[in-house]
Amino acid sequence: MFAYVVRRLFATIVVMAVVAFFVFSLLYLTPGDPAAVIAGDAATSDDIRRIRANLGLDEPFLVRFGGWVWGLLHGDLGTSIFTNLPVTRLIAQRVEPTVALTLCTLLVAVAVAVPLGVIAAARVGTWIDRSVMAFSVLGFSVPVFVLAYILILTFSIELDWLPVQGYRNFDEGVWEWLRHLILPSIALGTVYMALIARITRATMLDVLAQDYVRTAQAKGLAPHSVLVGHALKNAAVPIMTIVGIGIALLISGAIVTETVFAIPGIGRLTVDAILRRDYPIIQGVILIFSATYVLINLAVDLSYMLFDPRIRY
Amino acid sequence: MKSTLRRLAGFVVLAAVAALPASVALAQSQKVLKFIPQADLRILDPISTTAYITRNHGYMVYDTLFAMDEKFQVKPQMVDKFDVSKDQLTYTFTLRDGLKFHDGQPVRSADCIASIDRWSKRDALGQKLAEATESWSAVDDKTFRLKLKKPFPLTLEGLAKPSSNVPFIMPERIAKTDPFKNIDDTTGSGPFKFVKAEWVPGNKVVYVKNTDYVPRKEPPSWASGGKVVKVDRVEWIYIPDSATAAAALSAGEADWWENLPADLIPLLSRNKNITVKNIDPMGSMGMIRFNFLHPPFNNVKMRQALLYAINQQDYVIGIAGDPKNGNPCYSYFTCGTPLASEVAADPLKGKRDLEKAKQLIKESGYKGERIVIIDATDQPMVHAQSLLTLDLLKRLGLNAEVQAGDWGTLITRRAVREPPEKGGWNIFHTWIVGPDMVNPAVNFPIRGTGDKAWFGWPTDAKLEELREAWFNATDQASSKKAADAVQERAYEFVPFITTAQFILPTAYRSNISGVIIAPIAFLWNVEKK
Repeated sequence: MFAYVVRRLFATIVVMAVVAFFVFSLLYLTPGDPAAVIAGDAATSDDIRRIRANLGLDEPFLVRFGGWVWGLLHGDLGTSIFTNLPVTRLIAQRVEPTVALTLCTLLVAVAVAVPLGVIAAARVGTWIDRSVMAFSVLGFSVPVFVLAYILILTFSIELDWLPVQGYRNFDEGVWEWLRHLILPSIALGTVYMALIARITRATMLDVLAQDYVRTAQAKGLAPHSVLVGHALKNAAVPIMTIVGIGIALLISGAIVTETVFAIPGIGRLTVDAILRRDYPIIQGVILIFSATYVLINLAVDLSYMLFDPRIRY
Repeated sequence: MKSTLRRLAGFVVLAAVAALPASVALAQSQKVLKFIPQADLRILDPISTTAYITRNHGYMVYDTLFAMDEKFQVKPQMVDKFDVSKDQLTYTFTLRDGLKFHDGQPVRSADCIASIDRWSKRDALGQKLAEATESWSAVDDKTFRLKLKKPFPLTLEGLAKPSSNVPFIMPERIAKTDPFKNIDDTTGSGPFKFVKAEWVPGNKVVYVKNTDYVPRKEPPSWASGGKVVKVDRVEWIYIPDSATAAAALSAGEADWWENLPADLIPLLSRNKNITVKNIDPMGSMGMIRFNFLHPPFNNVKMRQALLYAINQQDYVIGIAGDPKNGNPCYSYFTCGTPLASEVAADPLKGKRDLEKAKQLIKESGYKGERIVIIDATDQPMVHAQSLLTLDLLKRLGLNAEVQAGDWGTLITRRAVREPPEKGGWNIFHTWIVGPDMVNPAVNFPIRGTGDKAWFGWPTDAKLEELREAWFNATDQASSKKAADAVQERAYEFVPFITTAQFILPTAYRSNISGVIIAPIAFLWNVEKK
């Protein structure tokens, strides 16, 4: 297994190198000029040209790419063209909100969706099953921002229970931190809940139809033991795959949620950087994203061993 | 099991209380003004960019030698007294006592001279002042002198320029930075200090009261008078989604929202805890800008044709949503200001005459060339104007199309001088705040300097000549007459067309008082109960 992990980590470096080259090339070709954004509306073409020269944006592709890669090799993701702040600092500022939002969403989604999926499978064809599936369809159908506005209107404006927007760091108090995450987590997690609930139900139905489950039932095991101890464990591999993909989706899908709830996360950092063509930030964030995707996939692959002893690397 | 749960709950509560740091408690005991700004602050240098959000940041942390009041009068601000020689060639300025930068260093003549020098390399009015300047020199640490080669009647107006670029005073060591390079040291001598450690670009900007600041005794009026800070701390909370910003204001999570969009005005106006008000007496001006390098708008008749066709009422509704928040403005200079006039404005103001417009198009020899309007759909003011112009051009039988992108793409593409088929353009729309269009000195789209002019690059020697004549006007009457002449020529040459004057109201909660009526949201004098 150790050799497998080392191989996968090595592959991560290769993947990131390829991503780095493509991202840099794409941004080089994309229309847009940060110098024009900096100069403002009243600037002349000459002003823009001088700012561009100061920023080194008029240098050839290879010079710029080489400089960036050299910085990367020294652990330097560069400096924001606009704020003059190091990209590492800007990303570090944004990691906590995004990770907190993702984890909370994941926690809420898995805690709600897996039991719902299991119950729906166990009571297939009943009103419980139909209700869970109806919830799933609804969860898929309502856009995140619509749900977010409904939640804000209900719980923040009408009931005054939870804040409308913003994020508090964990060290500002656990309750403050948590109450700023509740509504965004529900808004972001609903689609995810629907997805996990459906996958869990489908996988469980498949497993419940297998012979060993019938044998377990014939042995007189309690329905709870059959469902959780035997069926769910064997259904866990596809569920874990979806959870893993979901984490990656959540990180990128959090952009809308972060915008609506004004949470200073990685998603908003990316969108803001794209809109103003802050190349070093875009490049840095995409590199971090790609590394995260690869590592999550690795973690998911390794987790299969926990649920299925037949899988060995 | 139950006791375990109870212990767990107790632990969570204790952890929550223990995790409440002293700084949070301290922040709660302070008076904190939470302000939703018009945009995200990204650039800290108010000289290297004309972005209005950076200008507003500048007013927080810097001070100016002079400032303009609500009657358009220039008033001393950092300057205590000044003297102008009889021949109008020598200005001597003496700074007020007690002026200090945020690092504790006194403000010296050398700081002022270096700051004005940097400003005059970027700002159009500053450049005109520099052309007339023979030298700046320090008499002593508090007194400095400006010697001119020729009288420049707008010297004090330049030093009191209210909008971008504002001649803010910085320490000499910072002001010596290349004006085309962003500074990131925000040491100023203004009423607030910027807290860089708490700056989260895209989310939050924090300022604290500068307790060393010595305000003037006069009452505040625009950027002049006493800048008395009545809160301990100001937090700019950038909320990109306007519905969320409205909800945050309604819920009391923010105290003041600088500019609310037209569609949310009715909603917030109904809230008895919120005041929706127009505090900007000048508003902003929408405009159509042409590309003078390529057909068909390199032909004056094509530009004149649009004067007869554009209905500003449509643009008022399109931009402001409600006629109460805008009005037609047929002047090339901000309506409601001293130089505004309707001289020669009949083609734009009179009865709309599409037939006359079509006649002019025919006379121009228009051959059905494709007209590319570049649009930014993320800027409602630009997008609305683009769609209205597209509709108008089509009604005139022109082969027009909108090429939509975001604002970042538009401002890059408008710098392209190639023909539209090679990535260029024919028309773009934008808007400019009132103070930036009040006179021929600051009104940059009116310039006719060709390659050196603003995007579109019109060339018109006569317009430039008349503008130069305006600079030489020595009194109010001659200044008005010269400005009228500029406008008259502008209506002949049509460097751009104004589409509307509109206002973005502000909204603040009822616990806020002392909001200054001005074209810029100044945060001094504001009290929070």
